[in-house]
Amino acid sequence: MNKNKLIDALYESIGEACVTESDVAHIEIHSNKVLGLHLVPGFEVEAEELSDGIRATVTVRKHQKIEKPVRICFGLLEETGIQKIYMNIRLEDYSRVAILSSCTFPNAVDVLHAMDAEIEIGKGAEYIYLERHVHGREGGVTVIPKAKVVLGEEARFRTDFELIKGRVGKIDIDYDAECNSHSILDMAARISGSGDDHIKIHEKANLKGEGAHGVLRTNIAVREEARAEIKNTLIASAPFARGHVDCKEIVQDRAIATAIPIVEVHHPKAHVTHEASIGSVDSKQLETLMSRGLSEDDATHLIIEGLLSPNRQNP
Amino acid sequence: MTTGVILETRDILLYLGEKRILDNLSLEFWPGHVHAVVGPNGAGKSTLADTIMGLSGYTKFEGDILFEGKSLKGLPIDERARKGITLAWQEPARYEGLTVESFINAGAKEKSREASSRALDLVGLNPDEYLERAVDRTLSGGERKRIELASILTMEPKLVMMDEPDSGIDVEALEKIFDAIQFLKKKGTTVLLITHSATVLEKADHAFLICCGQLVKKGPVDKIMQYFGEKCIPCDHKNEPDPEQINE
Ligand SMILES: Nc1ncnc2c1ncn2[C@@H]1O[C@H](COP(=O)(O)OP(=O)(O)OP(=O)(O)O)[C@@H](O)[C@H]1O
Ligand SMILES: [Mg+2]
Repeated sequence: MNKNKLIDALYESIGEACVTESDVAHIEIHSNKVLGLHLVPGFEVEAEELSDGIRATVTVRKHQKIEKPVRICFGLLEETGIQKIYMNIRLEDYSRVAILSSCTFPNAVDVLHAMDAEIEIGKGAEYIYLERHVHGREGGVTVIPKAKVVLGEEARFRTDFELIKGRVGKIDIDYDAECNSHSILDMAARISGSGDDHIKIHEKANLKGEGAHGVLRTNIAVREEARAEIKNTLIASAPFARGHVDCKEIVQDRAIATAIPIVEVHHPKAHVTHEASIGSVDSKQLETLMSRGLSEDDATHLIIEGLLSPNRQNP
Repeated sequence: MTTGVILETRDILLYLGEKRILDNLSLEFWPGHVHAVVGPNGAGKSTLADTIMGLSGYTKFEGDILFEGKSLKGLPIDERARKGITLAWQEPARYEGLTVESFINAGAKEKSREASSRALDLVGLNPDEYLERAVDRTLSGGERKRIELASILTMEPKLVMMDEPDSGIDVEALEKIFDAIQFLKKKGTTVLLITHSATVLEKADHAFLICCGQLVKKGPVDKIMQYFGEKCIPCDHKNEPDPEQINE
């Protein structure tokens, strides 16, 4: 397949059309090849093709606010293969960018996708990173996203990981954020597992600066034989640091879910809360919808759809 | 079908744990009327509604419940709903991520943005502001109650039980709820208002007064209101109904 056809195929697999606007930066990566790279002023990318993946350095220059969300499409259309992505992302002080990233493995039988990201968000800078996965029906994907994030003073970072289309396969997320004074972190993951899918998440944040705020959110639905192990660690070690861990897992059939929230407070003026709900669908939610005439299955489906939908509390 | 009666409870005897909550309760509701069930806290009003709806934990009882002449015993909630019965909860549920629009459409007869917008207008909520919001904790209790009522309006049920429609509702919003009750009545819906508020009671055509799960009195609203005001606030007999008054 030639480059353009491959780009079209990548977008088609996520049900979207290729980006054409000239003021929208976009990058398309298939296997270990950079197929498309379109940049806008202030948003710089250097990419190097490796034997089994890509190494990329992304820089957003000081005070540059990238107006339109950047689109990145990663994927592998073959049934087997390895894609390793090494990302170095640096937002210089007071810059801003939002990245909408799609990862597509529609035909995977035995595919490994690993992402290793080092992210540095400068003073007063804002980074929004939304990652959406589209997998095939076989579940033959192993996804290992790792990220280390440092939020500078007054920096903001919001990330949302979505995997609700197709089978998960195996996923092992490991995110670690260090939050300096008055920075704001919002880390969320929404995943739906079935078959023998295995979901492992470890999200960790250290609110080490005065007045740092952090939320770790995980919404999971597992059914059939799927398994989910969620570990959220939130450490607050500075005055007025505020944190919240929220884990909701709906379990159906023979699936198994565990949640381990670890909250640690090292300062008397810091405060962390956590909330977890693991198990069946809430009976009041279910019975309300049934009292409007929905069958138990339809009501359950609607409740799960809501749980896995993008967060509406922070538009 | 029993003529002139849409819903009938026959000698319902229901225990929760060791406690007798509904005690030989026999009530008849006429189609197209607005009925009220009044009684002090703990009288068994919500329990009665939950039992009629068939909620889990309220399905084992003696006696029977007939809707349009047929027993509801053993029917799951959704089948009762499909027969035309629904319930507006005293404390409506919250849903993470579910939009007001999907919530309303879920049970609506006509699933469209126009229909859900009309229903929101009727309960005094601006559709532009609410349709896309989630029915979650960011909505106030009063907003959730009105959204639930909007969902009931689009469902077009034959009988709706409203458990304390005024709780958590301010004066202005309460007028909207009363409008919605009038709207339902005009459509021929039977309404069962559960309340201990005189303002709500006034909106009914007919009332039952229950205490300790027993029927104390039934009749025109003014008569029940007078009795309720004089004898129940404060309670004359420590929430033990006066045997002389029972079933009068
Ligand atoms: N699971 C239970 N086990 C034992 N008693 C219960 C249980 N659930 C409710 N009750 C009791 O049943 C009685 C009736 O409760 P119900 O909620 O029906 O009252 P109500 O009339 O709706 O009161 P309110 O005006 O406060 O809403 C109360 O005394 C309550 O404590
Ligand atoms: Mg009650």
